[in-house]
Amino acid sequence: MKQLLSGNEAIARGAWEAGVAVASAYPGTPSTEILENFGRYPNVYAEWAPNEKVAVDVAVGAAYAGRRALAAMKHVGVNVAADSVFYASMTGTEAGLVIVTADDPAMHSSQNEQDNRQYAKFARIPCVEPSDSQEAKDLVGVALDISEQFDTPVFLRLTTRICHSSTPVELGEQHPVAARRDEFPRDPTKYVMVPANARNRHPVIEERIRQLSRFAESFAFNRVEWGDMDSEAGRLGIVTCGVAYQYAREIFPGASILRLGMTYPLPPDLVREFAAGVDRLIVIEELDPFLEEAIKLMGIECEGKSIFPMVGEFDPRVVRESAIEAGLLPESSRVPVVKLDKPEIPPRPPVLCPGCPHRAMFHLLNKRKVAVAGDIGCYTLGLVPPLSSIHSCGCMGAGIGVAHGATQAGIGERMVAVIGDSTFFHTGMPALANVAYNQSDVITIILDNRTTGMTGHQGNPGTGRTLQMQQVPPLELEPLVRALGIERVKTVPAFDVKALDETLKEFLNAEGPAVLIAREECALLPSARKRWQPLEVLSEKCNGCTMCFRIGCPAILKSDELDEKTQRPKALIDQRQCTGCEVCAQVCPRKAILFRDQVAVETRG
Amino acid sequence: MGKSYDFILAGVGGQGTILASNVLSEVALAAGFDVKKSEVHGMAQRGGSVNTHVRWNSERVYSPLIGLGEADMLMVFEEAEALRYAEFLKPGGAVVVNQHTIKPITVTSGGARYPTEADLQAVFAKLTDRLYLVPGTAIARDLGNARAANVVLLGAVSTFLDVPAETWLEVIETRVPPKYVEVNRQAFMRGRQATGR
Repeated sequence: MKQLLSGNEAIARGAWEAGVAVASAYPGTPSTEILENFGRYPNVYAEWAPNEKVAVDVAVGAAYAGRRALAAMKHVGVNVAADSVFYASMTGTEAGLVIVTADDPAMHSSQNEQDNRQYAKFARIPCVEPSDSQEAKDLVGVALDISEQFDTPVFLRLTTRICHSSTPVELGEQHPVAARRDEFPRDPTKYVMVPANARNRHPVIEERIRQLSRFAESFAFNRVEWGDMDSEAGRLGIVTCGVAYQYAREIFPGASILRLGMTYPLPPDLVREFAAGVDRLIVIEELDPFLEEAIKLMGIECEGKSIFPMVGEFDPRVVRESAIEAGLLPESSRVPVVKLDKPEIPPRPPVLCPGCPHRAMFHLLNKRKVAVAGDIGCYTLGLVPPLSSIHSCGCMGAGIGVAHGATQAGIGERMVAVIGDSTFFHTGMPALANVAYNQSDVITIILDNRTTGMTGHQGNPGTGRTLQMQQVPPLELEPLVRALGIERVKTVPAFDVKALDETLKEFLNAEGPAVLIAREECALLPSARKRWQPLEVLSEKCNGCTMCFRIGCPAILKSDELDEKTQRPKALIDQRQCTGCEVCAQVCPRKAILFRDQVAVETRG
Repeated sequence: MGKSYDFILAGVGGQGTILASNVLSEVALAAGFDVKKSEVHGMAQRGGSVNTHVRWNSERVYSPLIGLGEADMLMVFEEAEALRYAEFLKPGGAVVVNQHTIKPITVTSGGARYPTEADLQAVFAKLTDRLYLVPGTAIARDLGNARAANVVLLGAVSTFLDVPAETWLEVIETRVPPKYVEVNRQAFMRGRQATGR
């Protein structure tokens, strides 16, 4: 019986079936569900690490200790972990080590669309890529075997479309793998990468890649599907990998296809033999011309990015249209799109949820017009009008350093850095230590919503709960920040507009570094949901002044009723959406929005 | 070429679009089809536009995504979302829309205009004469649980597909908590009557 599994669920299943004992990750779209699912299998250890570098080190340690291990992350997580990926390549491992990288073509939820196959080549480690969930599951075990056979970490590269598509999977049994050793290895020439040892290891890993290239020649997931060579269609040769294989197969049903399940290193003889068998060779791959360049370096003529886009995600239409433009398909194969005369459709931009504890802080930052270096999380949405108060956001943990740099460069205004609790633990801590050490006037605001919100409420060191639901002592922010060297620290309830404003004002008027911790649970956490209680507007008091509209809450609506004097719509609170955070009630100058206890009185009355 | 059905599902976060696409995919598997389902997550946790692609084929599905102009059916839980994804429909395809509106913040506190049902009729008239407006939310509310609107729509969609009602109900039962099985069973059956087929 087959089951529908997403690519991420399949990776988790494959890891369990193949005897992975330890897995570590930092959540990040589109990879998050891998560890969430893996952690539910019996007799495995799974954890959220504070960042991806730690996750890779943990997996490396487990592999050194002779247990099969896996680390998972989104593509940009590998940037954070890169240092560790490179030493692990140099040392090799005792037991199998798989590093899952989930790339995000089209940037559905990312700041770039880097192609992490480049990292495989850069670090001299093999890279395998599935084309559906069945292969995703199977390739975990295969990658672990390769890792052990060649003494190398292995990259398992997914893309959003593989991670978040469900396809039928034949489930297997768990194959428990005995630990390969009982003691930590004591082999400094292999595991202590001082220059003298590293110099000896470099030729070893270059030879390893040569051997892997020979292995790839007969690797079962590198597969040739010959077309009918008596037809023109069959004499078109396509080299492809990952989800692009599916589009290639669909758009060119008669073509000959070389589907590469290992995209680094390539099998030169197989590629040559395939190229020699076809009239025209094209490469269909998303993002970088990674296969195309490798094939051209073999001295083989092929076309890739001259036909198919380098930017964004493919779908059947992109592949078909590109092929028609290049004369690979007749004009008659075009699928027409009827031009519709549509009215303007109101967008549904991502906005901070009703009851979001970040709203009041951004409202105040906007009011005071301060320069804000932002960071990665739900709170990046502080960028969206009407809050409009984030002025830079690059990557995880960047904001505090950026604010410090701008300050030390001597600009004439006070810089504020805004960062979430989980992002602070991820890479914010060293940056704040730097602010304290070098004493800049940066005001750091830690938006502590007691969870990792954006990716769906994963635990972090501050939550006191691990991935496998163990209760542990939570890492307290205030003592931590003081220990980093910040003396001016205050924790303020994040719904208390007045207290937030006074603290912000106090910090802006004082010299030197300061940290404001704005604390309130994410409104979507089960414990917060229990406190939801919608507020109400006293319509006779409201004059349509629009103050409450300016906090950008989806639960505050324009009512059909206009104020007689101003002829502006009065405010109305959507009872289905409002959680009762009372931020709107605090900013209303006419006290027209009832607070929770007032609503209760009204209802009783 | 085998028998195939390509579906685009769309709605607003919280409407059960993902659950409906899970049921639609499981039914395909139970009825002996190959199937792929692809979720396009937005960034917003609540209130964003949610969209999934589900493809059935009696032989084999390759692409997990459906191109513009290639969907046999749109199944949409909110009226403006039907217009947003209209270009995916193959000319002559079927459109099943829940008669329900959720106005985004760009309308409720901004200057954007929310389209009317007449807009919906006019736009789809250019593509197909198979537009079915189903009062899914009203039917579900009538049954005592407005959240079952997605299952009412599954019932409506099931009338276009050659799979017995029992198969659908068996899958739905595995997908909803026991105490909601009965209301969902009724929602499904009411949906089957809603397209007048």
